[in-house]
Amino acid sequence: MDLQTLWFILIAVLFTGFLFLEGFDYGVGILLPIVAKTDNERRVVVNSIGPIWDGNEVWLLTAGGAMFAAFPNWYATLFSGFYLALFLILIALIIRGVAFEFRSKDANPRWRSLWDRAIFMGSLIPALLWGVAFGNILRGVAIDAHMTYVGSFFDLLNPYALVGGLVTLTLFILHGALFLELKTDGVIQERARNITRRMWLPVTILAVVFVVFSLFQTDILTHINVINVLGLILAVGGLLGTGYFIFKARYGRAFAGTGLTIVGIVALIFGTLFPRVMPSTLGFDLTIYNASSSPYTLQVMSVIALTVVPIVLLYQAWTYWVFRKRLTAQSHLEY
Amino acid sequence: MDALTLARLQFGITTVYHFFFVPLSLGLSIIVALMQTIYVVKHDEKYKQMAKFWGKLLLINFAMGVVTGIVQEFQFGMNWSEYSRFVGDIFGAPLAVEALVAFFIESTFLGVWIFGWDKLPKKMHLAAIWLVALAANTSAFWILVANSFMQNPVGYKIAASGRAEMTDFFALLKNPNVWLEFPHVALGGLTTGAFFVVGISAFHLLRNKTGNLDGFRASMRISLLVGTVAVLATMGFGHLQGQRMADTQPMKLAAAEGLWNAEDPAGLSMFQIGNEADRTSIINIRIPSLLSFLSYNTLDGKVQGINDLQAKYEKEYGPGDYTPPAIWLTYWSFRAMVGSGSLMFVLGIAGLFLAFRNYFNNGKGKWLLWLLIPAIILPYLANSTGWILTEVGRQPWIVQGLMTIDKAVSPNVTVGMLLITLIGFSLIYGLLMIADIYLLQKFARQDMSGSGTIISWSDKDEVTPTENKARYEGAY
Repeated sequence: MDLQTLWFILIAVLFTGFLFLEGFDYGVGILLPIVAKTDNERRVVVNSIGPIWDGNEVWLLTAGGAMFAAFPNWYATLFSGFYLALFLILIALIIRGVAFEFRSKDANPRWRSLWDRAIFMGSLIPALLWGVAFGNILRGVAIDAHMTYVGSFFDLLNPYALVGGLVTLTLFILHGALFLELKTDGVIQERARNITRRMWLPVTILAVVFVVFSLFQTDILTHINVINVLGLILAVGGLLGTGYFIFKARYGRAFAGTGLTIVGIVALIFGTLFPRVMPSTLGFDLTIYNASSSPYTLQVMSVIALTVVPIVLLYQAWTYWVFRKRLTAQSHLEY
Repeated sequence: MDALTLARLQFGITTVYHFFFVPLSLGLSIIVALMQTIYVVKHDEKYKQMAKFWGKLLLINFAMGVVTGIVQEFQFGMNWSEYSRFVGDIFGAPLAVEALVAFFIESTFLGVWIFGWDKLPKKMHLAAIWLVALAANTSAFWILVANSFMQNPVGYKIAASGRAEMTDFFALLKNPNVWLEFPHVALGGLTTGAFFVVGISAFHLLRNKTGNLDGFRASMRISLLVGTVAVLATMGFGHLQGQRMADTQPMKLAAAEGLWNAEDPAGLSMFQIGNEADRTSIINIRIPSLLSFLSYNTLDGKVQGINDLQAKYEKEYGPGDYTPPAIWLTYWSFRAMVGSGSLMFVLGIAGLFLAFRNYFNNGKGKWLLWLLIPAIILPYLANSTGWILTEVGRQPWIVQGLMTIDKAVSPNVTVGMLLITLIGFSLIYGLLMIADIYLLQKFARQDMSGSGTIISWSDKDEVTPTENKARYEGAY
């Protein structure tokens, strides 16, 4: 396996970690006004992700940094190309991150509801736009011979990509509802349960529409390989499992199911792309070879990443263990 | 305005704004960790109260630093795609390493620290804040590795494709600029944290009539010591940076001095009003030979002027304007930075002297306490103007000698798009600044006991502990 392939896999892994972890953070943020009716309930919901949301978001920053280091042309084309979409994501992440820290630091109800809205919008926008972005990458966008995106912002809002956005949005809501079911009790837990029952069908329908749509909107049929077939099986199996375990009221397993679905979807997308990173509708595909750094940089970065990532996984897992307890209305709340 | 100007303006605004928060996080995290260490070692509850009090302010500030940092990482690709393609091979690596070895630790253990007060053994909880402090400073190190490449490119070759490629990772780390920039920035952060604590403690020593002031007195002592030593060391590394600048970026030095023509020996300009169009001085008050001395440690030695360097670079790089834009900005930034640093040092020495003679415990030395409150702004002024000097003074180069800024901007990002993002970021940043300052001043004025009492600026006592407790308890 060459280093470009290794880094393509590593970036896929980083995005998987990001979407799996921050996926339920987004879901919890979107569900905040729905599952919590009083201020104390809202605090419980925010605190359920309090110790971990920032660590989860670093998966995105690392994916971005890894893309810059290993595939500078991918980073440059994607970020300058999806400019306004990324601007919206950035604004969302800014107000959302600050809101977690600021909301409970003043008791004024208007102050709190302002930041609660920031958490809601700041979670909703990226949950939708990441799907739109990946939908567009898979579908291919107008990239010219200079690796520059020459389409417009509105070209990115095509029906296929929007379906992709709805898939991530609804899937993250379901993922987040399952997380809340596991982390809270009482009335919040009850409401979260109801949402898991109501969200499963829309997620599944949208996922099926997305896959069928992909047959027509992408070149997936000419790029069938082990990875995307396995990804599809994982995604389908994950979703079916989620439905079954929600029905059986085994929510831990259902949460593993949505997690598996997210892993499967990332494998489906990256498997289909490989060895391209951004297919071009104008015939100038960005691939892991023409977008990559020099072999030397890739070697250096491989040594560092392969040493550090396992350690990161260990201590992040440890924090989940430390904060494994359910939060109740009586819990000591920091946020 | 053209796209290049807007992209530069956006980078300037978002970077200076980001760096309002970074230095305080760098320094205050260390100071809080020190306080908590004393608590764990001496079992003295006072130091726990101190760590919690300053920790709250640290967290409010940290959040702002984290979210504005996301913009920093992404805007190279968004606005500077050609730069990203040209140096990504080298510049992307430290950014990725930063995320891997610093951001993960910082964010994960900050969560552990905030939520772990009652859940973890004391020593493990202490380790969490130290990990946060070390990771934050490690993060600064990797950013400065990246920045040092822009000031003094090393460890690279220009490939056949025209892109810069890394040839020696360790050369990047051994770049002499790194080992001047990093201590300068880290110590500047410590200075910022210390003067922040000093100023707020001074407020309490002056106005807090009811609470127990022991915690603020101890905070004051620790931070005066840390701050005075740190600001002196920061200036020391700054001086070495200046000497290096004379070697590797003489145009930046000439601009920072407003030195139009070469001189030997060169005088240090104290106050200058110049005409940039004609490249002449209208008023220039100077100390003879001092610039030569600062540059070379001897009373003579030729310091090159802007006109000489312009002529030299035209020969070397072809026709073009190689002078930084707005020389007045570089010139006055340099003076604001050095001036703020010197003033902090004087205030720190005076504060240490009075604290040593127990003045602050006896209601004496109030004049100095009143000065130390507005002095909170000095490190901020020095931090911002320091970066303006470093980055504006390097222009028109984005990477010294390798790429000029006009070649670096994204070709497909239009004026309209840049206006949307520039206005959007500025608006959000402005609103967040209001919320941030509101929270900081509110928590800074709280009593350390955790009673929720808010100390007022005026003599009229507005202390209503129970009401305040009910109102603010939500926070922690």
